[in-house]
Amino acid sequence: MQPLKPDAALPRDPAPSRAAYRMHRLWLTPLFRSMLRIGLPVFTVTFSAGLYLSDDTRRAGLAGIWEGAWTAVEERPEFLVNLMAIDGASPALAEAIRSKLALRFPLSSFDIDMAATAARIEELDAVADADLRVRSGNVLQVTVTERLPVVIWRTQAELSLLDIEGRRVARVFSRMDRPDLPLIAGEGANAAVPEALALLAAAGPIQPRLRGMVRMGERRWDIVLDRDQRILLPETDPVPALERVIALDKAEALLARDVITVDLRNKDRPVLRLAPDAMTILRASQGVETGASSL
Amino acid sequence: MTDLYQSQRAMRNMRRAAMQRGVIAVLDVGTSKIACLILRFDGPDRLREADGVGPMAGQSGFRVIGAATTRSRGVRFGEISVMNETERAIRTAVQAAQKMANVRVDHVIVCFSGAEPRSYGLAGEWALQDSVVTEQDVARVLSACDVPDIGEGREVLHAQPVNFALDHRSGLGDPRGQIGNRLACDMHLLSVEASVIRNLLYCIKRCDLELAGIASSAYVAGVSSLVEDEQELGAACIDMGGGSTGLSIFIKKHMIYADAVRMGGDHVTSDISKGLEVPVAVAERIKTRHGGVQATGMDDREMIETGGESGDWEKDRRSVSRTELIGIMRPRVEEILEEVRVRLDAAGFDCLPSQQIVLTGGASQIPGLDGLAARILGQRVRLGRPLRVQGLPQATTGPAFAAAVGLCLFAAHPQDEWWDFDIPSERIPARSLKRAIRWFRDNW
Repeated sequence: MQPLKPDAALPRDPAPSRAAYRMHRLWLTPLFRSMLRIGLPVFTVTFSAGLYLSDDTRRAGLAGIWEGAWTAVEERPEFLVNLMAIDGASPALAEAIRSKLALRFPLSSFDIDMAATAARIEELDAVADADLRVRSGNVLQVTVTERLPVVIWRTQAELSLLDIEGRRVARVFSRMDRPDLPLIAGEGANAAVPEALALLAAAGPIQPRLRGMVRMGERRWDIVLDRDQRILLPETDPVPALERVIALDKAEALLARDVITVDLRNKDRPVLRLAPDAMTILRASQGVETGASSL
Repeated sequence: MTDLYQSQRAMRNMRRAAMQRGVIAVLDVGTSKIACLILRFDGPDRLREADGVGPMAGQSGFRVIGAATTRSRGVRFGEISVMNETERAIRTAVQAAQKMANVRVDHVIVCFSGAEPRSYGLAGEWALQDSVVTEQDVARVLSACDVPDIGEGREVLHAQPVNFALDHRSGLGDPRGQIGNRLACDMHLLSVEASVIRNLLYCIKRCDLELAGIASSAYVAGVSSLVEDEQELGAACIDMGGGSTGLSIFIKKHMIYADAVRMGGDHVTSDISKGLEVPVAVAERIKTRHGGVQATGMDDREMIETGGESGDWEKDRRSVSRTELIGIMRPRVEEILEEVRVRLDAAGFDCLPSQQIVLTGGASQIPGLDGLAARILGQRVRLGRPLRVQGLPQATTGPAFAAAVGLCLFAAHPQDEWWDFDIPSERIPARSLKRAIRWFRDNW
């Protein structure tokens, strides 16, 4: 007679099969394990991505999707710039800036290269500094600091306005356009504008008679007065020399006399040049007769 | 002989490679169970400051990270009798231990108890070339030992130098660097049946494992369950296993004798099974739960249900008294111990200065065994448990695991054997270049 249930004293065979044993050992191999856990997913993803992208139309489609998404972001009304406001510039300069930039609004703020645009504005002579920002309300705010003209520089070609650093600001067509500014001339005069301004400040009493200043040989100044009188200033320390002339003028009315030039180039030996007949007239008025001809 | 030398050296190199890699498995192929421990070697100094106990004979250098035991099948008397069944049992144990350790092991050190071990004492002498003893001289004196005829179909399992003598000074542990004229050595050689080792090798190979060492379980049980002074002063370890009882005699920390009795706990079980007419599994349960060898006054009143599912009510409802059980178990245990006594006498155990006997192994857990053993073997008997090693699960610290734990210690600190010394240079054949080329071809 057989027992109804299997013999409980005999447990089932717990031994793993050969294949299961080998698989278990293989699974415990570190290299195999890392290959399966890292290498296989990486390979699968790379391979399937490569397979998908190997087709040109799919690649183009993906690129198109990306472009479309980017454009959609760019063209959102939050990022659009509708107009440009220019502060700190005269109307003519503002017009010049607008025509130079030639921006066609509305424009996405992603498309505006701020640094390059600011550099382009600063290429204009009249602009010292430009600051660009996109203000709320979709406005491109341009804040311009203009150069301030202080002198008129006459060259052979044209008349131009210079600022305090000697930089060209604008061109003028006639001296009478800016009668308030002093006139300088001569080659290299723009490099010595601060010195010219210092001389002008020192020339207080003879200011009404001053016609202009000429840079001689790119090293020293001549002051030209009316009646074609000239004051030749030295290369170094021109202001004390000018003050000396003004003091002489005050004491002796030097410049009111018949003098063509006051030459102070050598400060130890100032020289006056008189008008051609001045000496003869002076001697005649003193009753001195000379036999010399007028030559 | 040279073939053995090569194969043992190959195993030793394998063991070194496994130590380099840090993981090695230890397999105790017994008759009643197969135990597999996985050791991880992670530097000797990890615990030295923390516990303040020092290196502790090397067992702090490793840690048991996986342990598994399975019922053994196909093994009789400590020898493989059914290859397939044994292979499956080994696979079970190794896989479970690997699962616990979560590492893969490739190298395994095996011990087994059967194969009729026989001990031989060898002696050799060598006149030193120059007066200082070098490693070459040690190798020469070892190879100068005259090998007895160990018989046809037998193989050397252990060949350990036990004692060195330099001129008239004996008892040297390490003669290297000392000065003298004649170097003599005593060597202990243990031979076993070659076919058993071949079967075991084949079985391990079929499990995809590499054999990194092989040891007699009598020896490794002695290593783990004898304490240091017992090993030093002289003691015998009796490893009572399922199918065979191994005995090993130690003195001066060397094994000098090993033998095995081909009887063990399984014979007790089969006696109970025959005597009480119960199945083997029931007999095993009765033995472990109620067994004993010392009669007491309570025994007649302690009735043991044998149970059974034969369908015959009279047979299934039988019960036996514990007296009857002891009456069956005791003669067999006495027989085993008498046989051990005969082997110890033959080995001259009573000439040792200290005659401590340590009983270990699964069958040593029979209650009252130490009293019975004291009457047969002598007064100085104790029950031994294996040394405690790091990470060993509680379930595997019993005396049944003495051989497995001893094998761990053996793996960490192997005894010098004859093949650990290089062949003396005269013996290297002229075609060593050819051998080197062959080695390259085999290994690369």
